[in-house]
Amino acid sequence: MKTYGKHRFPGRLFVVEGIDGSGKSTQLALLQKWLESEGYGTFFSEWNSSALVRDVTRRGKKKRMLTPMTFSLIHATDFADRTEQHIIPPLKAGALVLADRYVYTAFARDGARGVNPGWVRNLYQFAVKPTIAFYFRISVEQAMTRIVGGRDAIKYYEAGMDRQLSGDIEESFRLFQGAVVDAYDAMIKEFGLVVIDASRSIEEQQAEMRKIVTKALTGARKTRIRRWVDLHSMAKASRQLNQAS
Amino acid sequence: MGRFAFYGQGLPAVEPGELKGKLVVLEGTDGVGRSTHIGLLRQWLESRGHAVLDTGMTRSALAGKGLKAAKEGHTLGGVTMSLFYATDFADRLENEMIPALRAGFVVLTDRYTFSLMARATVRGADPQWVKRVYEFALKPDIVVYLKATVDELVTRVMQTSGFNYWESGMDLRLGEDLYDSFVAYQTRLLTAFDHMAAEYDFQVVDASESIQAVSDQIKGLLEPMLAPPAAPRVPS
Repeated sequence: MKTYGKHRFPGRLFVVEGIDGSGKSTQLALLQKWLESEGYGTFFSEWNSSALVRDVTRRGKKKRMLTPMTFSLIHATDFADRTEQHIIPPLKAGALVLADRYVYTAFARDGARGVNPGWVRNLYQFAVKPTIAFYFRISVEQAMTRIVGGRDAIKYYEAGMDRQLSGDIEESFRLFQGAVVDAYDAMIKEFGLVVIDASRSIEEQQAEMRKIVTKALTGARKTRIRRWVDLHSMAKASRQLNQAS
Repeated sequence: MGRFAFYGQGLPAVEPGELKGKLVVLEGTDGVGRSTHIGLLRQWLESRGHAVLDTGMTRSALAGKGLKAAKEGHTLGGVTMSLFYATDFADRLENEMIPALRAGFVVLTDRYTFSLMARATVRGADPQWVKRVYEFALKPDIVVYLKATVDELVTRVMQTSGFNYWESGMDLRLGEDLYDSFVAYQTRLLTAFDHMAAEYDFQVVDASESIQAVSDQIKGLLEPMLAPPAAPRVPS
């Protein structure tokens, strides 16, 4: 088993981190569009999306069966599946992998749930160290104004309601996500997270991101298959069909 | 009290000192007869007046079904499988074993962390990583290890369910068919168990003897740690 920092792949891994409402997903989508237009092959992987594990997590959350420990372990299982199936193979093939949330999400959330920080860091030892990990930093108050749909959009575990910090979901969200922000802040130095001030305009943030990513692309392969190739082969196939009939 | 302890960094919000029951582990590789002996022990313990909870791998309310479904497919990787099992184990530890121990039950578990650690390391996981992952487990009162040779395991498997994909470690591609793979995989597991035997103080029982003899031996190991029977023996 290769551990964090020991993998060597021709591809690049860019990850975004930050609390809900920080705008990180929007920024990552814009980055992906740009990279593809530049001719790079990209793969996108999102937190908590493994087809193998998703149903267990969903049920556990819906029925509120998760303890801090099983919450931590099931997310690690999901992440392991994505690492084994969706992150390592494309990186080996020289692609650019873009991850919406990464191990730092687990470190921040599980820590805020009272799980031992050293234990969680060990749990994720199998993770590939990102080329760059962006942290979209924003206050909880500002993030809350951006969560579309208002208070109904705040989810039980996202608000740390399992921690019984407050009976009010908005207040609980404030307290729990506050602890998550503190944990992120403490990881800036520990993991060399690249901080983006998420209170700035979308364009400003994206420009900064692209500037930083550009520097990390020296020597990266442009593996995206251009559309004209497809059109060309389609035209050829249709000619052959016409000739045959 | 204060008998129980975690291996390392324990579960948040669990005070092991307040647990009263007994945690009895039966370990051994596939086909060694663990479930037969769990059944016999349960009867014996209950006839002595002990309340028994029995549990085993992939039986958790949270992850049991999902893990079984994942094993049906063909994309389950080594690290993912290890962590899926760890989730299943944690759910059973927190929601079955610990509440039962708190209530003074004898908890009989068909496999514990040791099988999971063996499977993970045989699949290339770093042993220190695996050990640390399972640090949240409680140290059992006793670990009975049913030991058999690979030849004996082959005979038993042939008499019962036949070779299957996972028990043969087919995901590791150790041999060209189920038989070759089973032998290679189980040999590696047995070696991993042997390494753990001293470190975790396994009580080794030779599983090649008759069911009766093995069962008597296990009962003999458990007897000293149990409270005396609830009622005197009815004369026969």
